[in-house]
Amino acid sequence: MDRKLIGKRVVRNEDPRLLTGHAQFVDDVQLPGMLHAAFLRSEYAHARLLKVDVSKARAHPGVVAVFTAEDMGKDWFPGPPLVSPPPTVKDVIFHSRRQVPLAKDKVRHAGEAIAVVIAESRYIAEDAVEDIEVEYEPLPVVLDLEKALEPDSPLVHDDLESNLAARLYQKKGDYEAARQQADVIVRRRIVIERGAAAAMENRGIVAHWDAQSEHLTIWDTTQAPIPIRNGTAARLGLSEHQVRVIAPYIGGGFGPKIMMFYPEEMVIPWAAKKLNRPVKWIEDRRENFYATTQERGQIHEVEMALSRDGRVLGLKDDFLHDTGAYDPYGLTIPLNTQSHNMGGYDIRNYSSEFKVVFTNRIIATPVRGAGRPHGIFVIERMMDAAARELGMDPIELRKRNLIPPDAFPYEHQIIDQAFAPLILDSGNYKAVVDKALELIGYEKFIKEEQPRLRREGKYVGIGVTPFIETTGVGPYEGARVTVEASGKVNVTTGIGTQGQGHFTSFAQIVAEQLGVKVSDVRIVTGDTSEFHWGTGTFASRGAVVAGNAVHAAAKSVRQKVLKLASKVLETPEEELELEDGMVRVADIPQKSISLGELAVLANPLRGAVEPGTEPGLESTSYYGPQYGATAFGTHAMILEVDPETMMIKIRRYVVAEDCGTVLNPLILEGQIHGGVSMGLGNAYYEKLHMDENGQLLNASFADYLLVSSTEMPHIEVAHLETPSPLNELGAKGVGEAGAIPVPALFAQALENAFHDRRLEVMEMPLSPNRLFELLNDVTR
Amino acid sequence: MQTFELTVTVNGTRYQRSVEPRTLLSDFLRHDLGLTGTHVGCEHGVCGACSVLMDGQPIRSCLTFAVQAHGHEIITVEGLGTRESLHPIQQAFQEAHGLQCGFCTPGILTTVKAFLEQNPRPSEEEIREALSGNLCRCTGYQHIIEAVQLAAEKMRG
Repeated sequence: MDRKLIGKRVVRNEDPRLLTGHAQFVDDVQLPGMLHAAFLRSEYAHARLLKVDVSKARAHPGVVAVFTAEDMGKDWFPGPPLVSPPPTVKDVIFHSRRQVPLAKDKVRHAGEAIAVVIAESRYIAEDAVEDIEVEYEPLPVVLDLEKALEPDSPLVHDDLESNLAARLYQKKGDYEAARQQADVIVRRRIVIERGAAAAMENRGIVAHWDAQSEHLTIWDTTQAPIPIRNGTAARLGLSEHQVRVIAPYIGGGFGPKIMMFYPEEMVIPWAAKKLNRPVKWIEDRRENFYATTQERGQIHEVEMALSRDGRVLGLKDDFLHDTGAYDPYGLTIPLNTQSHNMGGYDIRNYSSEFKVVFTNRIIATPVRGAGRPHGIFVIERMMDAAARELGMDPIELRKRNLIPPDAFPYEHQIIDQAFAPLILDSGNYKAVVDKALELIGYEKFIKEEQPRLRREGKYVGIGVTPFIETTGVGPYEGARVTVEASGKVNVTTGIGTQGQGHFTSFAQIVAEQLGVKVSDVRIVTGDTSEFHWGTGTFASRGAVVAGNAVHAAAKSVRQKVLKLASKVLETPEEELELEDGMVRVADIPQKSISLGELAVLANPLRGAVEPGTEPGLESTSYYGPQYGATAFGTHAMILEVDPETMMIKIRRYVVAEDCGTVLNPLILEGQIHGGVSMGLGNAYYEKLHMDENGQLLNASFADYLLVSSTEMPHIEVAHLETPSPLNELGAKGVGEAGAIPVPALFAQALENAFHDRRLEVMEMPLSPNRLFELLNDVTR
Repeated sequence: MQTFELTVTVNGTRYQRSVEPRTLLSDFLRHDLGLTGTHVGCEHGVCGACSVLMDGQPIRSCLTFAVQAHGHEIITVEGLGTRESLHPIQQAFQEAHGLQCGFCTPGILTTVKAFLEQNPRPSEEEIREALSGNLCRCTGYQHIIEAVQLAAEKMRG
């Protein structure tokens, strides 16, 4: 199809508001009589709460209320399970233990909320938090995933027999049989530790109960406003139509803003209703480190079976996953890991068991990548270890095992995070790898440049890492498209948006169908009073799932426009064209009518409408995929390491990406750049350091290092397009893709830089210090 | 409670307000004056989202007390251009896609304004250095750097 707007570098509709400071973020909401909340958070990672004395805080001038778990009475109960029930895999174990609004009897991670102070200003609320007296009985802390499963380990949840939260086993083919036939078996232990999502905007919530209309309005930094509305209504005994949740402009999400429900999301609306006054709570950065969910902690024991000629006959990966103190998000992250462990390779025999472990840390929920970087790290690290074992070029080994283009759809015979079959829908993987090799100049670097640089005493390495990303999963999203009397188009959808450019990419999809300007399409997302069916923005699914719902609704409106215009202009539909906000007869451009005039005719004030017709030029559509669309990409990097300081310099960074139909290359490239920057953080800068008591040692941006403009390399991006056959747009998601392969790529390039010192990297994140230690270990 | 009579010029308008001495400039701008374009990302002076110009120089409004701005001139993001008539830096950021969620953007725009006034023909290296005190989690900085280059061109005319 010849496309006029889809695939074009259209500048964003939302930018003028954001650039002038007029876009409303949650913290910008100001209401008359609004109160401010501050939370008292646990100083201990694991302790019994013997006494919480709030009397002094209540007496503090300016304090309106102080609430503890006791004060919530029958309204105190845990949050709902977010992703349940667990999948129908044989012998699955799943112990659901959910977070509570305020801790009662026991605290299970440092930073868990114990009490809330609500006062006339945030300054006063914070002063009064200091007045609360808590008596703790410290308990032994559970942090180490392996020790946590030992029989004598202290328990995070006293009513369980162990700290095992879940266990799930999946297999494909017969790994043991493959192992018997193998020439080479490679075994490794792989450890990945936690990092923070660190959106620039911390979390926040404002709740306003209007007692006269009995209506609750909530502004929330959530990626999922509709589930928050439904869950809040259920918690407070209200109709879903009495609750409106608005996720306005959100300052980055990256996953943790779809955790539901955070304690604050349970407490603040409840308190606003109880006090009959608006209440605002805005998280500060330190709280963000202690009370916003995190991800990445896993330990893998991996085994790969290969033939001498470099065919991967089978893969076995048993791993532990750290879920933190509770497990409301179910098995999403480890299932993602399990379904990315085979990467884009044709591996016939696979065996994987994971155990999810309770620890005294903040809850783990998906962070950009969501278990996928672990899976790709595992398979790609094993590929490099195997290449060394076989004495084979690592790229050649990968190419021998890539899924060939004629093998799609490729079924892995296991289920993915959405409990749908893991089927890779389409792709031309080898072409993408070749593109990356060509752009980075692999052959020339290996044969000429690297030996020359080495002679000059420089340690410069290359990495090339292919990866898959499962995206665009169900259940569904919806959209309503309306042509208004002005001739402009209004589009509403239920997902939230946190910077992905939905106000523009969705407008392009609509403008393509209706022949209007992109800037004349107004997109509304994240307001449940505008659209109230849908789930949220997660799993790189906005463009795929909501995008296709928008597309379907726009097509349906186009049909209505053509049908009505055909009558008005007395011309058959096939002779009409939609352009410049007009419907025209193709050969007689002066015979035309504007969309606005048609919208008025479709919604008349007098006269009779034909039976069976609907008023207006409006349509609502839904899209729900049977299974996700899987994107593929390859990153390549040339990395120089200063052997004295272990500081690094990235000389080249190349991305070849196939995420199906490109909607807007400008936005797509932005998504990839941002993903890579987070991936580099995960590889070399961002590690949450925790002491043996479960206290974070680097809970500030001065100590927890985000990648800044001086570390970030220039990224060259190439697009290849294999449209997904699963949806009409042919789209695949890309939101998390940038971050997924980076730790694996980084490890590969480091090993290549220090190949003469036999460096092997089987852990992430690293740091200059840690790299120094690893190099010393192998030298010794 | 003790208060201080503060006089400050913000975006060309003179304001007189009583403030508590401990009120942060960021809170004063956002809550007392309703200029919510200035964002607060870390409250410890690292992320740069709250950067505003005081007498033309970028400062962290989260590390500055409102009373320290007494008698000074402040420019916030609202003082650059309007939605109908964007400042050349704002135009460049739209054209080069130099923002995604837009939360860090106000601090970057004010920082860039001061930077380009001082250095109208910066190299990429200099731009990276100038932006190193402003964290962005969305863009990977590449489009921001391109936006600054484009803004420099526009401002040179």
